[in-house]
Amino acid sequence: MSGYLSGVIAILGINVIFAYGIFVTAAAGQLNLGGAGFQAIGAYGAAILSLEFGLGIWAAIAAATVIGGLIGFLIAFPILRTRGVYMVLATFAFAQVVVGIVLNSNYLGGSMGLIMSDYIETGAIIWATLGVILFVFYLMSTPMGLAMRAVHDDEPVADLMGVNNRAVQVAAFALGGAITGLSGALYAYYFGFVEVQYFNALLSIFVLLYVLIGGTQTAWGPLVGAGFFTLIPEALRMGEDWRFLIFGVLIVAMMILRPEGIVTRDAVDRIRARLSPRARDA
Amino acid sequence: MPDPILELDGVGKHFGGVVVLQDVSFHVARGARHALIGPNGAGKTTLFNVISGVFPPDEGTVKLNGRDLAGVPSRRRIAMGMARSFQNIRLMPHLSVVENVMLGQHARQGLLGQLKPVGLLPQARERRAALDLLDAFGLDAYPGQVVANLPYGIRKKIEVVRALMAEPELLLLDEPAAGLNPTETAALRDFLMEVSARGVTLLVVEHDMPFVNSLCEHVTVMNFGRLIYDGTAAGVREDEAVLEAYLGHRRKGATNAA
Ligand SMILES: Nc1ncnc2c1ncn2[C@@H]1O[C@H](COP(=O)(O)OP(=O)(O)OP(=O)(O)O)[C@@H](O)[C@H]1O
Ligand SMILES: [Mg+2]
Repeated sequence: MSGYLSGVIAILGINVIFAYGIFVTAAAGQLNLGGAGFQAIGAYGAAILSLEFGLGIWAAIAAATVIGGLIGFLIAFPILRTRGVYMVLATFAFAQVVVGIVLNSNYLGGSMGLIMSDYIETGAIIWATLGVILFVFYLMSTPMGLAMRAVHDDEPVADLMGVNNRAVQVAAFALGGAITGLSGALYAYYFGFVEVQYFNALLSIFVLLYVLIGGTQTAWGPLVGAGFFTLIPEALRMGEDWRFLIFGVLIVAMMILRPEGIVTRDAVDRIRARLSPRARDA
Repeated sequence: MPDPILELDGVGKHFGGVVVLQDVSFHVARGARHALIGPNGAGKTTLFNVISGVFPPDEGTVKLNGRDLAGVPSRRRIAMGMARSFQNIRLMPHLSVVENVMLGQHARQGLLGQLKPVGLLPQARERRAALDLLDAFGLDAYPGQVVANLPYGIRKKIEVVRALMAEPELLLLDEPAAGLNPTETAALRDFLMEVSARGVTLLVVEHDMPFVNSLCEHVTVMNFGRLIYDGTAAGVREDEAVLEAYLGHRRKGATNAA
């Protein structure tokens, strides 16, 4: 594998995991525009646990994932007091607070960042990505996943069906925080440094776009969305000046042509029916 | 009435200054097919919302199987044996038919059941039960389809099947026949007769009087938030107050002339 290809695959894997972290809350009806904040927590968590506490690579990554989950759990309570666009703003504000704390902390390296002493290769990221994909597909196939989608579609009716909406939403935030934290920890170990400028508002916007344009109805959405948004810019690299313009036009075109995301329930059903004509009867 | 499943006692509800329910008291007998009728705006849907716990009553009590429901969260009531449908169809638009119906099982599944990968196991017990129930009511043609694309009459029935999937003792139906054509209405009547034969108590809000007469043996009538009749289906046609509520404009005209 060439260095270039291996680098693209690693970034793809990190972005796919990141997108799944945002997807699990979106599937339960909450838009998280603070993705970069959760990813920063995972990245800095792994860096500090490794540099200051001497944890091994996998222990630090696992611990950073748990920390992301805990923070997602705790932050869910104030965030879920807000609704709609205010919730989106609250998650956005959360990410800004995280960045602000890092910038003003010498312990966390401030604007200089932190340099890791250990590294992981692309292979490790591939395995982690496969694990996350399998986990989310599993989750969405359970009654718990069904309850999440029910909360997304109609909260009052989900409640009357016996779903504990609040518990589902908090769990989705915690899980989203953990998965996003994992993507941050992998980022830190793959690139060998963490730098707060990377975890900016644009990153939060982009990852939410991956998820919304990929589609939130099925677990295929984030995979397709993150794949599309990671690989297209690479493919368009030739005309550097035109790259963002073409990218922007593509986004607008996607939203007009497939307003519910690239991958919808209907699309998955159609593909399945074509692959095995008799599966419809099952 | 020796064994009521549902007891309403002095139920009152107001929104701001508007009194929507006032001193509503009646019982629903276990196993009954009981209709709740009344002109538009009488408070029927509001009463269903109070019974299912969407909001609490301002006065009075609601008892299910003798247990006062005050303070019981709405999401716990389905597990206590009460399920409902909605006047405006409230199926989950992005879920398939069978997924919507499987949602009706939610309250009966423990934590471990919540974590079973039902969607990956084509023969899972949960899916089979939902498919069988759809089958039993002639809806086996649609299991994998997304609900939003289906005709109104079909969605209306799926909502009833979803409620049944909870295995309720008491089923509250808010205008199940509204928007159905005569053939579909007749089919719905047979369908509900079958549900009733399975031992489920029915409390049905409905405007279609021939439908009510052919389904229910007991009728409660409300007007302007108050109960004006509670008795047999046969008796309702001769009742003065009911006639006045439905044909009130004639009476008023007569009074004015006098
Ligand atoms: N949430 C609410 N806030 C304010 N007023 C309400 C609310 N819900 C219902 N009402 C009012 O309460 C009255 C009774 O409404 P309800 O929907 O219970 O009537 P209904 O008997 O179900 O009528 P219909 O046959 O038209 O369905 C109406 O005047 C309605 O405007
Ligand atoms: Mg009504």
